[in-house]
Amino acid sequence: MDFKSFLIKYAEIGTKGKNRYVFEDILCRNIRHVLRPIDGKFTVRKEYGRIFVDCTEEYDYDELVDSLQHVFGIVGICPVLVVPDQPWDELSQVIVEFVDQCYEDKHFTFKSHCRRINKNYPMHSNDVNMECGAVLLQAFPELKVDVHKPDVMIHIELREQIYIYSVTIPGPGGLPVGTNGTGMLLLSGGIDSPVAGYMIAKRGVQLEAVYFDAPPHTSLQAKQKVIDLARQVSRYSGAITLHIVHFTEIQEEIYHLCPEDEITIIMRRYMMRIANKLADKDQCQALITGESIGQVASQTIFSLQVTNAVCEYPVFRPCIGMDKQEIVSVAEKIKTYETSILPYEDCCTVFVAKHPVTKPKLADIEQSETLLADVIDAMIDRAIETREIIKVR
Amino acid sequence: MEVYFDNAATTQVAPEVVRLMDQVMTEDYGNPSSLHAKGAIASKYVNDARAIIAKTLKCDPKEILFTSGGTESNNMALIGGALANERRGKHIISTRIEHASVYNPLLYLEKQGFEITFLPVDRNGRVDLEELKNALRPDTILVSVMMVNNEIGAVEPIEEIGTIVKKYNHEILIHIDAIQAYGKLKISVNKAKIDLLSVSGHKIHGPKGIGFLYIRDKVKVHPLVYGGGQQRDLRSGTENVPGIAGLAKAAQIMYDNYNETHSRMLDVKNRFVEKVTELDGVLSNSGEAPHIASISFQGITRAETLLHALEASGVYCSAGSACSSNHPAISGTLKAIGLDDEYLQATLRFSFSIYSTPEEVDYAVQVIAEELPRLRGFVKR
Repeated sequence: MDFKSFLIKYAEIGTKGKNRYVFEDILCRNIRHVLRPIDGKFTVRKEYGRIFVDCTEEYDYDELVDSLQHVFGIVGICPVLVVPDQPWDELSQVIVEFVDQCYEDKHFTFKSHCRRINKNYPMHSNDVNMECGAVLLQAFPELKVDVHKPDVMIHIELREQIYIYSVTIPGPGGLPVGTNGTGMLLLSGGIDSPVAGYMIAKRGVQLEAVYFDAPPHTSLQAKQKVIDLARQVSRYSGAITLHIVHFTEIQEEIYHLCPEDEITIIMRRYMMRIANKLADKDQCQALITGESIGQVASQTIFSLQVTNAVCEYPVFRPCIGMDKQEIVSVAEKIKTYETSILPYEDCCTVFVAKHPVTKPKLADIEQSETLLADVIDAMIDRAIETREIIKVR
Repeated sequence: MEVYFDNAATTQVAPEVVRLMDQVMTEDYGNPSSLHAKGAIASKYVNDARAIIAKTLKCDPKEILFTSGGTESNNMALIGGALANERRGKHIISTRIEHASVYNPLLYLEKQGFEITFLPVDRNGRVDLEELKNALRPDTILVSVMMVNNEIGAVEPIEEIGTIVKKYNHEILIHIDAIQAYGKLKISVNKAKIDLLSVSGHKIHGPKGIGFLYIRDKVKVHPLVYGGGQQRDLRSGTENVPGIAGLAKAAQIMYDNYNETHSRMLDVKNRFVEKVTELDGVLSNSGEAPHIASISFQGITRAETLLHALEASGVYCSAGSACSSNHPAISGTLKAIGLDDEYLQATLRFSFSIYSTPEEVDYAVQVIAEELPRLRGFVKR
């Protein structure tokens, strides 16, 4: 069946009281945004607490559904048949044809669910349900009614027009991006940070991202990989402002002046400091990282405490309690995994100690950092000033 | 200053080649199989190209089969050659320093029940001829050896190999991967008793996506691509006429003034090797090929870092071995020639073309001299 309309279902927005219309407007805007580049012409409209996408030109069903499945805030996508208001005699035939076209094999149980918003419709919803069951059973004897656990629920909504649908395709859930401020994601070429960005965007947070580039220790390919990852995340989050910070100078200075086993943790602290400053500049409300307790030396709970100590903004770590395989599953779902495992170094091996500290003490690390005191502030300023900013979409 | 010293990876397309291909694509764009004049014109480009290339190898034009490039040529020679001759035996001989486009088809054949012997090489990357004699068996059907190694530029003794193999059994086919050799060295398919020879266009200032396989008359090879029966049923698909014309033009550029192009590359390479090895702790693993220098740097933990540092000053080269801490893929050739472990990850390849100049060499060496001490500071502590 060629559907010309889709009913968009959303859940949590409904609970947001007076802000509800703001959430709905942002959701509509985000839906329009993802539909702009795809084939066809679409109008997105709000009607009595429902959002509809109407297709006014030829379009590709799978492409449309896939695009809608990238919009946070949508919990369900229902391909819907819209017909003018009409008496039951005619409507019942429409329903019979709808079932016939949607289901080739009719060995299933069903139930009819009618909502009568148009109070002028001459039949009550219970009567519609009963009549609907009767005409369908008569038309297709293989069908069975099951009012408790039907295989198929046939929805009939009586409004100014009549809406018929029976399939709900799951959406990504969450809240519309843009309803919950902005976060600064520390994005590396790894598996975890894109997942972290995705998970926070899912709660309605818009994303900015920062990548620490260290040529010649890292390559142009490594940088392009991060841009590609940001682009994949942006399919869900909308456009991402990506800050590419030149970190070479700072990294080399740490290597030369600080104890070998502390290089990584000190490096991470400077990354956090820079991210914090960028968050401040761009009015973000939080930092986001892909850290997960105990995954590597710099992510033990002790190391996290030491890294966290330099941050003024809250740091969101949505992967914190996840196992690697769980993170990989999400990465595969959002299609960042393949890119993440490309073998370009994001940090040269010489900067990773053979035995890095796993239980750093804040006082020790702060002591080591005094070795950098003469130069580091100027280096941080330079790193921020010379950063490259790319709008990734 | 931009200095492109990665010509063993690919080369700049020569302006003459571009002009000719432009003409073929925008005006003489016919299908060689068409019966009208447009088709005849296109067909003439293909035939002329065959004749030009045949002259460079001293063979018959009909022995040239156009392919999509070096990889396809190698695949066709090995897989097509093995399948067409398997009733005589299932043993194939090759070397430990072959390119992946030879090595992987051989692994495929191994899975299909063929037995492959990989010959060792000496410190200079040359095949041990005694080992070759010992490896030959009554059921050997094919010997595949590269002419110029792509990583160090070693030149294999293909004429001696040809003599040894054909003396043992003249039915054994000899395949030469000449992808790094064609245009850089003179090749006579008769003198070296070659039956199959692979060439790629983009290594000699021609376009990408075109190459050829020389197939000696009467040598049987199975096709890999089936379809409309073009190229005597051996390689179906409408001929890549602009690519073919461009390839032949590039071959002309390399061979019409062979002495000049050859010595120009060799002079540049020698100058580079001489100057760069004057630096402390720098040594050369380079063979005799006129365009490839393999250079190892003492005290460098990771060649790729040096590569990116040179890149920042406009000098483009290639890592002697693909290196990554997660996937240590050490170069096969460098290992096979017995290079010390400390150099395996510290080797870069610089490769030259007819456009390379002494000034570029001097600049590149100067950049290396500047970057080396800085990067030697970053050793794994």
